[in-house]
Amino acid sequence: MAKSVKVYSTPACPWCIRLKQFLKENNIEFQNIDVSSDQQSVDELMQKSGQMGVPVLDIEGQIIVGFDRDRIKSVLGL
Amino acid sequence: MQIYDLVIIGAGPAGITASVYAARKKLNFLVISLDIGGQAAWSGDIENYTGYQFITGPELAQKFQEHMLKYDTLLKDSEEVLKLNKTGDIFSVKTNKAVYQSRSVIIASGKKSKALGVSGEEEFKNRGLTYCATCDGPLFAAKSVAVIGGGNSALDAALQLIKIAKQVYIINNASSLGGDEIMRQKVEAAENVVIFNNSRVLSVIGDKFVNKIKIQDNIEVKDLDVQGVFVEIGLVPNSGFATGVEKNSLGEIKVNLRNETNIPGLFAAGDVTDVPEKQIIIAAGEGSKAALSASRYLLTSRFH
Repeated sequence: MAKSVKVYSTPACPWCIRLKQFLKENNIEFQNIDVSSDQQSVDELMQKSGQMGVPVLDIEGQIIVGFDRDRIKSVLGL
Repeated sequence: MQIYDLVIIGAGPAGITASVYAARKKLNFLVISLDIGGQAAWSGDIENYTGYQFITGPELAQKFQEHMLKYDTLLKDSEEVLKLNKTGDIFSVKTNKAVYQSRSVIIASGKKSKALGVSGEEEFKNRGLTYCATCDGPLFAAKSVAVIGGGNSALDAALQLIKIAKQVYIINNASSLGGDEIMRQKVEAAENVVIFNNSRVLSVIGDKFVNKIKIQDNIEVKDLDVQGVFVEIGLVPNSGFATGVEKNSLGEIKVNLRNETNIPGLFAAGDVTDVPEKQIIIAAGEGSKAALSASRYLLTSRFH
């Protein structure tokens, strides 16, 4: 069954763009959360990841900071 | 172990253009990249790359990547080169994942953000301290932030942050801001900007996240309450792995008009070199020259 995947991102960040592209190429459905649009999502990102950089990936509670391709692959079983 | 004709280190505009030329020369080569697109991917709007009157950095980087992969180029992505050696005629390129052997090498590894080198910088990296205003700026809505630096990249960061943050401090170690007049005027006209000239950062302080910085000018030391610190003090070349290669005082690899270094078979191109002017279009042109030189070297050398 498909895992629930959330991407915390900002519109112009190159790693965010690449991460989303990578997920699309691998047919992974995800919810994109643009943290530039509301403060609540920024708080959520900081609380979940303990840091303030984007992108952050939340795969059913497993948090991956940055576009860490190898870890993403292993968590998603790609 | 397989010996390649050519290993290209880096996949920014220089490395990717070199790869297109190497593919068209039918060389047996591979590209090692930590970060496809390089700094070009981190640029905002690009309006001086011929053929594109307007394109964003990520879009241009995407087009570069598509062009490279059109030739089924062997790409080792997310690999960092740690060491480059030459024994006899053969180069050995050691990465964090493998070792490759090759008859020639093009270094096109570009530049990266220069670090401040103060206490708290490493600790608070991504905890309020960042090197990318375009990426992380939007997280600082209605907060107070400091931009460190006084050149174009600092002005660019400040202009982005003026629209987002409550208060923007600029910490500039010169007596006035540098950079382009048009950007400087916009920054100086903004109501939520305070500029500290002749000032440097002593430390970055916080708890879980940044909450202040300590700065010093000619007269005194003071604390500024900030939640964000944007470091924009310039760039340094990614040339540390290339020991034994001639470099200038900035660490840029010295190349001649044919992109040759002091080591036969070793070429370099783009921002990692001492080429005058660092521009996407120049890096791309230099990449093509380096690949043509490498190809000529392979044809004319006698390997043992």
